Amino acid sequence: MLKSTLKASILFVLLAVTAYLAFYYAPIERTMGIIQKIFYLHVSSALSSFVAFSVCFYANLRYVFTRQAKSDWLGVSAAEVGLAFIFVVLITGPIWAHPVWGIWWTWSPRLTLTFVLGLLYVSYLLLRSMIEEPDKRALFSAVFGIFAFLDVPLVYFSIRWWRDQHPTPVIMGGPGSGLEPRMRVSYLLMWGALTGLLILLMNARYKLEALRASVEELRREAEVQ
Amino acid sequence: MALLSNTAVLLGKELRTEFRSRELLTTTVVFVLLIFMIFSITFHPTTTESQQFGPGLLWVAFLFAASLMLQPCFLREQANDTLSALRLSVSDPFAIFFAKLTANTFFLLLTELLMLPFFAGFFNVRVFAVLPQLIVVFFLGSLGIAIPGTAFSAICAQARMRELMLPLLLLPVLTPILIATTEVTAALLQPEPSMNFAGLAIITGFDVVFLTALWLFGEYLLEE
Repeated sequence: MLKSTLKASILFVLLAVTAYLAFYYAPIERTMGIIQKIFYLHVSSALSSFVAFSVCFYANLRYVFTRQAKSDWLGVSAAEVGLAFIFVVLITGPIWAHPVWGIWWTWSPRLTLTFVLGLLYVSYLLLRSMIEEPDKRALFSAVFGIFAFLDVPLVYFSIRWWRDQHPTPVIMGGPGSGLEPRMRVSYLLMWGALTGLLILLMNARYKLEALRASVEELRREAEVQ
Repeated sequence: MALLSNTAVLLGKELRTEFRSRELLTTTVVFVLLIFMIFSITFHPTTTESQQFGPGLLWVAFLFAASLMLQPCFLREQANDTLSALRLSVSDPFAIFFAKLTANTFFLLLTELLMLPFFAGFFNVRVFAVLPQLIVVFFLGSLGIAIPGTAFSAICAQARMRELMLPLLLLPVLTPILIATTEVTAALLQPEPSMNFAGLAIITGFDVVFLTALWLFGEYLLEE
């Protein structure tokens, strides 16, 4: 208990420091102005959600081959936390887009991909809630999770080819792109802090799922007796 | 070889079951006609507009029809308690999926071809000059719908609210198929038709990826 409180406090301080850096240390962007500050949260959350969904895919594969309940717990934890981060992306995106592009939403490839990604994992969680039997739930949702993850590159390629009109990536986008050094430091730190948050949340969710599984098992034993 | 002969026998069973009652084909054909009508009533498209939105409408109709058509695929086995018998009768469980997805692709393709003249007539689209190319797109697209569709049908047969779950699982996964088939069909239905090979490559890639995934992981969906 003390240990987790300590971890959470450290993370809180880290998040506060990165927020300070993003607002005061990193310079204000020339054309977009202050609204560009949302970039630090928006892009870092997107990257963190991809990390979470990759963990979910790994856990799904692991479950299919090893059948350990632990992998199932990891899968559901990663999917839920990843979805939380995707919601942050989908909320901060329009807030950023409205003053800059003049619209809340556009069906550009990256936005469509994020949206579909969110829907895929909402379906994953819904499916879990619809299957009663724990082993079956774990196995079927793992197979669906694998299918969903394999779909992501296909969605990406199809929309990229369909409407290749989005702005070229600013980060890792080739020559001429790139962040101002102070922006880069703030951005990387923010991503680090959010990844810390991701791990903390996933860990808490994993423990909750383990507890839930043991409660379920106890209840079943009580019913048998 | 055992896979192919098992599949052939099971495919024969699927086709016989359907052609005895023709339940699936009748319902989906009526359903697609309904979607055509609903589209025309709600949007009042002019001729140019229907040519512009036609390919999208066509694939939306096919996709919805497919999510209906794929429901009973495994449910029927469960209702009659025949899934265990099926599993015992084949050496490779993939044969069950292979037979079912071939049958589903065939039924979907048949529905699509039956609906094409209606589509052409209702929306003033010329289809017959590009019929062979359209059949290729319809085939690859239907295969792409049927592969994850058959897998998810096996999943949903064991879930609560199964009728609601199948479209929820299937439609987001089919986003690439919907985009690519619509674009390829649109290019074919232009006044000067052209084959969009990039789109065709995406559809084929989708088919290959998910067929491989089904081959690798499908058997787990048939476990008791």
